[in-house]
Amino acid sequence: MAVLESVDVTRFFGGLAAVSNVSFQVNPGEIVGLIGPNGAGKTTIFNLINNYFSPTSGDIVFQGEKITGLPTHEICKRGIARTFQVVKPFRRMSVLENIMTSAFLRYPKAEEAREKARWCLDYTGLLAYQDTLGRSLPLGQRKRLEIARALATEPKLLLLDETCAGLNPSELNEAIDIIRKINQDLGITIIIIEHHMKVIMSISHRIVVLHHGQKISEGTPQQVVSSPQVVEAYLGEKYAAG
Amino acid sequence: MSEPNAAVRANKLGDFLKELGSAFWIVVAVLALLPLVGGFLLNDYIYHLIILTLMWSIMGMAWNLLGGFTGQVSFGHAAFFGTGAYTGGMLAFKLGISAWYGLLLGGFVAVALAAVIGWICFRLRGPYFALATLAVAEILRLVANNWVDFTNGPMGIQVQRTFTTKLPYYYIVLTLAAVTFLVIRAVIASKLGYYFVAIREDQDAAEAMGIPTARYKRISLYFSAFFMAMAGAFYMVYMGYIDPHVVYALHDISIITIMVAMVGGVATFWGPPVGALIMILIGELFRRLPWAGTAHLTFFGILLIVIIIFMPNGVVGDAHKLFGFLRKPVPKAPSPVTAEKP
Repeated sequence: MAVLESVDVTRFFGGLAAVSNVSFQVNPGEIVGLIGPNGAGKTTIFNLINNYFSPTSGDIVFQGEKITGLPTHEICKRGIARTFQVVKPFRRMSVLENIMTSAFLRYPKAEEAREKARWCLDYTGLLAYQDTLGRSLPLGQRKRLEIARALATEPKLLLLDETCAGLNPSELNEAIDIIRKINQDLGITIIIIEHHMKVIMSISHRIVVLHHGQKISEGTPQQVVSSPQVVEAYLGEKYAAG
Repeated sequence: MSEPNAAVRANKLGDFLKELGSAFWIVVAVLALLPLVGGFLLNDYIYHLIILTLMWSIMGMAWNLLGGFTGQVSFGHAAFFGTGAYTGGMLAFKLGISAWYGLLLGGFVAVALAAVIGWICFRLRGPYFALATLAVAEILRLVANNWVDFTNGPMGIQVQRTFTTKLPYYYIVLTLAAVTFLVIRAVIASKLGYYFVAIREDQDAAEAMGIPTARYKRISLYFSAFFMAMAGAFYMVYMGYIDPHVVYALHDISIITIMVAMVGGVATFWGPPVGALIMILIGELFRRLPWAGTAHLTFFGILLIVIIIFMPNGVVGDAHKLFGFLRKPVPKAPSPVTAEKP
């Protein structure tokens, strides 16, 4: 059974279809890359999955159950965690407290939550920053804070929204390692939005390509890059022909 | 006698002293012993000032839980204060029961009211929430003023004071303030506190992390309303007289409550008590100046502007700015940020 299924999902903003009739499946243990040019509707898909917006039509099915229209916090409780493209650390909390806050979802006692949070920080290599305030954290670490915070909710499905954007090469490699580890060692299924082709090609098992809110291609990384529609969407018709 | 044992014992004692030495217990102990040891220093007027300071501390702490820690700024906390006061007053006035029961019952009536207010106002965020709370408090004031059959309207409610001396009131309000402080500190140290601050910092992120933000905002409001109403009920039994314009007052209750928290330090434990002390002292100082009239309100306004510009975290939150020159400069600890960067 698919972990997540998007069934003919459409979302209008006014007269504009940000996402139209997008269907795809994510299987247990997969890393699925979600790519497409700017404004293709990638982040909107995430916002529809965790019901930050509700779909205009269509359904989101998680582990065989329809979750369309459930409150965002309930969706997280069911096991879908996400990170934000524009990072949202709790600015006046320490890094440890940031993670503890999300660990409380599964560990209501402060001591257990703190322990879980430390574990997440260690896992994502942030332990050295545990007492740093959220607002004084540099961008690279903020992106990792987002991952750690999502991890602390013990998700079955993790939605990563450009967690590698703006990282320097060494940070980038660390981030890739962390994402792989989360997938392989913890068995968490991942959907990842990323512009960085090196990242997406090396870690995705499958890739879904969006353009103008529609799915134009789906397949293994090799299949996707050789698809004429994808080349056209990214580079224009001229290159697709040649 | 072995060394390690002694060390362990010394350590335990150290912990004990640390526990005992925490500022809270020192302050409570000093206030509790003050009438016994330093009774000769005190007269009714000074008792009155300390009682008011403690009462305003409760109000400031109550507001601070919602406005400071949870980030939901209310301009209408008089709604809960007045409701607490009127619950006590009506018990005596209508049913002939002691107004003291209002201390608890008023809290619960205020929580019920908070359920309605939360239902109305929490649909709104930021300034719109603040204005909605202001409107609700004004509505309550007008209802209490005009529903003469029920509330006795502008004639107010008078209750026979239980004690003729200040001392019993002093110990009662000291107990109430201490309980409020401890409960709020425990709440903030628990999961609730983390959720409240998370909601203040970023509501969308909090929601995405599985926090039912609407529910936890309401919980914060209930705690806040309860303690605010408790202070209101205490006001009833202490002053012996209330009317709608006093206990549901926008400027004298709602606004001054915010000032107590802001002057002392928003989202700090000691801010409200310190703010209450400052506000009471300034208020009394102005009352002693024959030419000042109601100029203390003008001065409060100026004080608020100064605080917002120079000490946005209040006297407690920005204490280092006030007292920094007293301390030797501490060498800045190497932050992991700079330490690890290549």
